[in-house]
Amino acid sequence: MSTSLIGARVQRKEDYRFLTGAGQYTDDVELPHQSYAAFVRSPHAHAVLKKVNIEKAKKAPGVLAVYTGTDLANAKVGGLPCGWLITDVKGQPMKEPPYPPLAQGKVRHVGERVAVVIAETLAQARDAAELVEVDYQVLPAVVDAAKASKGPKLHDIAPDNTCYVWALGDKAAVDAAFAKAAHVTRLDLVNNRLIPNAIEPRSANAVYSRAGDDYTLYVASQNPHVERLLMTAFVLGLPESKVRVVAPDVGGGFGSKIYLYPEDVVVTWASKQLNRAVKWTAERSESFLSDAHGRDHVTTAELALDKDGKFLAMRVQTTANLGAYLSTFASCIPTILYATLLAGQYTTPLIYCEVTSVFTNTAPVDAYRGAGRPEATYVVERLVETAAREMKLDPVEIRRRNFIRQFPYQTPVALQYDTGDYDATLDAVLKLADVAGFPSRKQQSLKSGKLRGIGYACYIEACGIAPSNVAGSLGARAGLFEAGEIRVHPTGTVTVFTGSHSHGQGHETTFAQVVAERLGLPMEAVEIVHGDTSKVLFGMGTYGSRSIAVGGTAIVKALDKIVAKGKKIAAHLMEAAESDIEYDKGVFKVAGTDKKKMFGEVAFAAYVPHNYPLDKLEPGLNENAFYDPANFTFPAGSYVCEVEVDKETGATTIAAFTAVDDFGRIINPMIVEGQVHGGLAQGIGQALTEGCRYEDSGQLVTGSFLDYCIPRAGDVPSFKLDTRETACTHNPLGVKGCGEAGAIGAPAAVMNAITDALGVKDLPMPATAQTVWRSMHKAA
Amino acid sequence: MTIKVSMKVNGKAASAEVEARTLLVTLIRENLRLTGTHVGCDTAQCGACTVLMNGKAIKSCSIVAMQAEGAEIMTIEGVARPDGSLHPMQAAFKENHGLQCGFCTPGMVMNALDFARSHPNPTEQEVRESLEGNLCRCTGYHNIVKSIMAGAKAMGGKI
Repeated sequence: MSTSLIGARVQRKEDYRFLTGAGQYTDDVELPHQSYAAFVRSPHAHAVLKKVNIEKAKKAPGVLAVYTGTDLANAKVGGLPCGWLITDVKGQPMKEPPYPPLAQGKVRHVGERVAVVIAETLAQARDAAELVEVDYQVLPAVVDAAKASKGPKLHDIAPDNTCYVWALGDKAAVDAAFAKAAHVTRLDLVNNRLIPNAIEPRSANAVYSRAGDDYTLYVASQNPHVERLLMTAFVLGLPESKVRVVAPDVGGGFGSKIYLYPEDVVVTWASKQLNRAVKWTAERSESFLSDAHGRDHVTTAELALDKDGKFLAMRVQTTANLGAYLSTFASCIPTILYATLLAGQYTTPLIYCEVTSVFTNTAPVDAYRGAGRPEATYVVERLVETAAREMKLDPVEIRRRNFIRQFPYQTPVALQYDTGDYDATLDAVLKLADVAGFPSRKQQSLKSGKLRGIGYACYIEACGIAPSNVAGSLGARAGLFEAGEIRVHPTGTVTVFTGSHSHGQGHETTFAQVVAERLGLPMEAVEIVHGDTSKVLFGMGTYGSRSIAVGGTAIVKALDKIVAKGKKIAAHLMEAAESDIEYDKGVFKVAGTDKKKMFGEVAFAAYVPHNYPLDKLEPGLNENAFYDPANFTFPAGSYVCEVEVDKETGATTIAAFTAVDDFGRIINPMIVEGQVHGGLAQGIGQALTEGCRYEDSGQLVTGSFLDYCIPRAGDVPSFKLDTRETACTHNPLGVKGCGEAGAIGAPAAVMNAITDALGVKDLPMPATAQTVWRSMHKAA
Repeated sequence: MTIKVSMKVNGKAASAEVEARTLLVTLIRENLRLTGTHVGCDTAQCGACTVLMNGKAIKSCSIVAMQAEGAEIMTIEGVARPDGSLHPMQAAFKENHGLQCGFCTPGMVMNALDFARSHPNPTEQEVRESLEGNLCRCTGYHNIVKSIMAGAKAMGGKI
């Protein structure tokens, strides 16, 4: 092969099936003799379950069973576990209330599952679910994070609805620095609550086999092995060997499909009770009510500066809404993945962050694209831009005065950045966005009745959370490695098994590029398999932009073992010393000679070992590897957003959005650009259109696509993108990850632009036409 | 009580016994097992269920199966050429990376086919407006817009 596959815009292997309707998502899976589940959900945000009468429903046509929380408790089905233990400021463990798959005694949010009806057809199950009579004693509810500690108590274990108060940093030193500061910028910020809304709703289809006393669960999941581990070890008390979890084609996740959900547990358990396959697919309204939501922070943030605009210290106080129950990774998002990012790209020497995480009568809140890092970036970049305006400094210049330029760099908030070049991405974005031409564009806009503003965001993110032992010391209850296996077939083609999961990211292409390049094989000779616990040896799945950096590296480690064994075989075949064998582009050669063996010949010898060192070497060519990274990776970039605000209506449009990112080495630029586009759209959605709202009573006001506006094609512009590259120093591919960047950097850039256009200090997200109009009229 | 409905789907006669309330998308997915047509919402907003009915893009979650009696339906499974090669609009999506998770994709392609027939050389603005009824959460629409512009050109006004 003459040109490298690394860095090539290879078209995706997965596209053909998706474009011809041949993809297989969970709801497309039809199991023999399958039955259908419908969940009875609480219409109240907070209520005592006085009585659940299932008699009428049980007698309805086609109904096979109706189960309630009592049935699950009697069967010793456990509650859903939380994967991260946070220790509070007093050294006490966080409050972990039980999270039963079906409500027991009380319901704590609208949409919580009270009972499940299983019937021969979906229509019968839904009809019968209407016949379940629930006697609720309605209790007062609390939905706002800021009001939670004084609100009605959700869980006995947490009388003030507080899960934990957690802090990071040296408070006394930070306070002392503020006391001496020439200038202090202060902002009260709300990071608006979001509903992820992958277009494929969650779905699960489970079947039990008496023959093997085992289960198979098809589920729309980002991490089938984690789903299995949590379900078997903590909830159903089964050996993992008895449960196969398959996450087939999955229609987007964005975090919301990381978690173990009650519906997955219930259909799996019920499949044995009924000895039938049991299928459930969420309606969109169920997704709105019961998928894990994201963000929802209320924050006071302060930045202390000297007279030259140099950052001296940052002080941040955040209240984070966890919702009614602790979702799988809820506890670590507003802490470990938030406060640690508050240094941003800057040398701020002292940072203190205190986080109070609270329970409210709302759906559980967990990781959503970016997970803590968008919230941190919003705090840092809104503060920096506001400080520049207050001190009459250029927002670009104030950033340059504070950039980190020496690596590795130890931040005051635990992370050590391995590499980066923040001037390079900033220089590039200023040029690409033609920032110099902004004043004339502003004049142009004014002529047509539009206010034009420009905003910047220079973000940092931490991807591929690791290493496991450090995470463990911070409370992680799981490992953070990834597994990979290379199976070379006798004819020299290769199947790769990865514990990463692809639900839009294109692993089947990107990972194949890495393998094909390393082994010197054509792309067609490499198949990538993921998403099935019966095929893949193990995996931690896909989240936190970890797939290429962690999953890709596990594959590379396994490839190294393949080549090492191949050299032994080739040495035998060519009667040479192993140390003299070189491997290059699919050929084993004896150094300094013209003797060579093709990869396929060596593979064949391994499986037909007639001429083979059987006394020294096992036959076969199949290797696996587990890779636990030494550190996070640290993608970073600079974004520039220009907005136009209609003076009459307040309607805001993104006039231009320019992003320059440093993702380290890039395997497939086409796929990477697509990831950035999608992230930017979600970040712009957070800033302009998306805002989850609950009434004070706990009713979800934004419960459909009619009320909750994810961006449409007309809401976002075409994006201008470029990249700069500093290779990650601690993985062999030099890669960092790109999945979340757009969603992390965009909200601050957009809001900095709108506040610039309006000349106001702050504005809440989403900056809808109404919000902007009100701001303009108060200001006027 | 069930009723028999008959129609032509992807050029072949198809019929099914359905309830009066059965949606066209349910007939397509469950009775005919053509699962390329997806359901992404319950308020006719997302467009993942878009099919062509008598040549026009419609949301198959928004009509009952009986309304399609006698109609000609084309689903995503009927778009590629008989030898399996991609239709120019499908090929444009692949070439321009106009899809990621693939879930909204069939609806995007079906909508684009109808649009491109009347817009053989559309502007970016026209394409964005044509996507009002189709939601994508992965791509930020950037490459979908590029795909449809390229696909429309390649189609030259003809499906």
